[in-house]
Amino acid sequence: MPERNETARAPEHEAEGPVVQAQSKTKAFFKKFLQRKTAVASAVFLLLLLIVAVVGPGMAPYDPAAPDYENLLTGPSAAHLLGTDEYGRDVLSRLMAGTQLTLGVSLSSVIIGAAIGTVLGVLAGYYGGILETLVMRGSDVLFAFPDILLAIAIVAMIGPGIINVVIAVAVFTIPSFARIMRSATLSVKESLYVEVARSIGCKNGRILSRYVFPGTVQSMIVNFTMRVGTAILAAASLSFLGFGANVSEPDWGAMLTSGRNYIGVASHLVYFPGLLIFLTVLAFNLLGDGLRDTLDPKIK
Amino acid sequence: MSRYFVKRVLGTIPMMLVISILIFLFLHMIPGDPARQMAGKEATEEDLVKIRQELGLNDPLITQYKNYMEGLFHGDLGVSYKTGLPVSEMLLGRLKPTIELMLTAMVWSVLLGIFIGVLSAVKRGKFADYIGMFLAISGISVPGFWLGLVLIQIFSVNLGLVPTGGLDSWQSFILPSLTLGCGIMAVLARFSRSSMLETMREDYVRTARAKGQKEWLVVLRHAFRNSLVQVVTVTGLQIGGLLAGSVLVETVFSIPGMGRLLVDSIAFRDYKVIQAELLFFSLEYIVINLIVDLLYGVLNPKIRYQ
Repeated sequence: MPERNETARAPEHEAEGPVVQAQSKTKAFFKKFLQRKTAVASAVFLLLLLIVAVVGPGMAPYDPAAPDYENLLTGPSAAHLLGTDEYGRDVLSRLMAGTQLTLGVSLSSVIIGAAIGTVLGVLAGYYGGILETLVMRGSDVLFAFPDILLAIAIVAMIGPGIINVVIAVAVFTIPSFARIMRSATLSVKESLYVEVARSIGCKNGRILSRYVFPGTVQSMIVNFTMRVGTAILAAASLSFLGFGANVSEPDWGAMLTSGRNYIGVASHLVYFPGLLIFLTVLAFNLLGDGLRDTLDPKIK
Repeated sequence: MSRYFVKRVLGTIPMMLVISILIFLFLHMIPGDPARQMAGKEATEEDLVKIRQELGLNDPLITQYKNYMEGLFHGDLGVSYKTGLPVSEMLLGRLKPTIELMLTAMVWSVLLGIFIGVLSAVKRGKFADYIGMFLAISGISVPGFWLGLVLIQIFSVNLGLVPTGGLDSWQSFILPSLTLGCGIMAVLARFSRSSMLETMREDYVRTARAKGQKEWLVVLRHAFRNSLVQVVTVTGLQIGGLLAGSVLVETVFSIPGMGRLLVDSIAFRDYKVIQAELLFFSLEYIVINLIVDLLYGVLNPKIRYQ
């Protein structure tokens, strides 16, 4: 009996170790990450966007919804840095207001997709058997609809609109997380520390939450960052096809769609929203690349 | 070898069945009454009864699926609600522009993507590598439809070099094919680079160098040939996705292909056409994946004998 208690207490003795280890790991991570200039620049850009998303409408030079019929479709000028649209609304203010909507749609859809995909992938990898077969074959079926076709199919079924775009992009995100998290779980499952936890009698729930899941977090973070970029592109594409946000809303994709009708006379209505989508997706991809190289150079 | 082929071909049948069931159920998963959705708010009860009968919605689900599968095997995909034409006829009419567009996009993007990837790996850390990888990450991040619009504005409207839309001459293929292939070029460049870097670390490459073989021969004969196995897989997956990409490109360039038909059918809630299109797109993806798998077996004997 005493022997058993000693063994059972072993992880608690080690508890101080992991805290110190985690701190030094975090330091090492930042040291390595800060060396990657493009990733750092992307992180700064995204942070700025996030600030704009939170306080955007307050910072905007004009009311994004206020029309100005004396300044219709004017190009960039000192008064309107990025010009005005077909109702004379300030493009910069609309882009700032749209940051909230665009990032909100893509982040929420990836969070939902990542949560479902991660739970399914971790459980499939840990328990194996029929659950694994079901999750993996389910992912295969979803993967059989290439690219954004799955999102288009879902929107075709449940109808257009922002909420439906979130659902469609979330579903389209699930299989990639399920696959990546399953393979990450499979390798963590074989680790010595998981075996030790099992041998001292830890229950499956505890092993999963305390040992297996934390071991797979790195893969999840990298995939999450990359998928946000994909989600922005998918949501903008759906808007462009007329299945997403209403064209009157200041969503970047919707702005581009309505601006398309005036490309001949006011090309800035197409250039600026598109450029912003491009730069944001580029920043997420560069950040994802940087995180991947820092956290796990093996998967490069 | 033939055992591997038969196994792989048979392995896709369950997947195709599941996909066919899902796409069949598509009509039944539409919230509310599909007949009402198709006919619109002003439709009379008589119209709805007629549509339900045409769609076979009054039969038991199993009978509906049986009829659907029987129709599929006979090439009967139903009749379009919007045009009254057989769906199979409509799809066939739209196939040519899409396939032509796919092929032109495929050729340049695969060749250029692999070339950039190999060059970046060979010149790792040098200027060419940075340029190559900058192009690649930009290609992955750029919204295809926006790129298409910008290209039209610059090369068609401002410079007047190429037509703004349609596929009437060889010049009209240039911009849509550039737009469609951009993403694939980018993915292949990134993948070929990392695959080449991996193989260039292998012992056999070091041995080839130690034997005094010329560097370009080491790169082409030893490293590139071996990295090709992995590159083929990714190429296949990307080509499969081209058809889906055509949805956006055909919309931007007003090309009357399969992708454009899908968008129009969704706008008109022409469910039979949507169903047929989804089936076609997903089967195409599965078949291309199968071909890639078989090719993988040919290129890599280890896979065949596992």
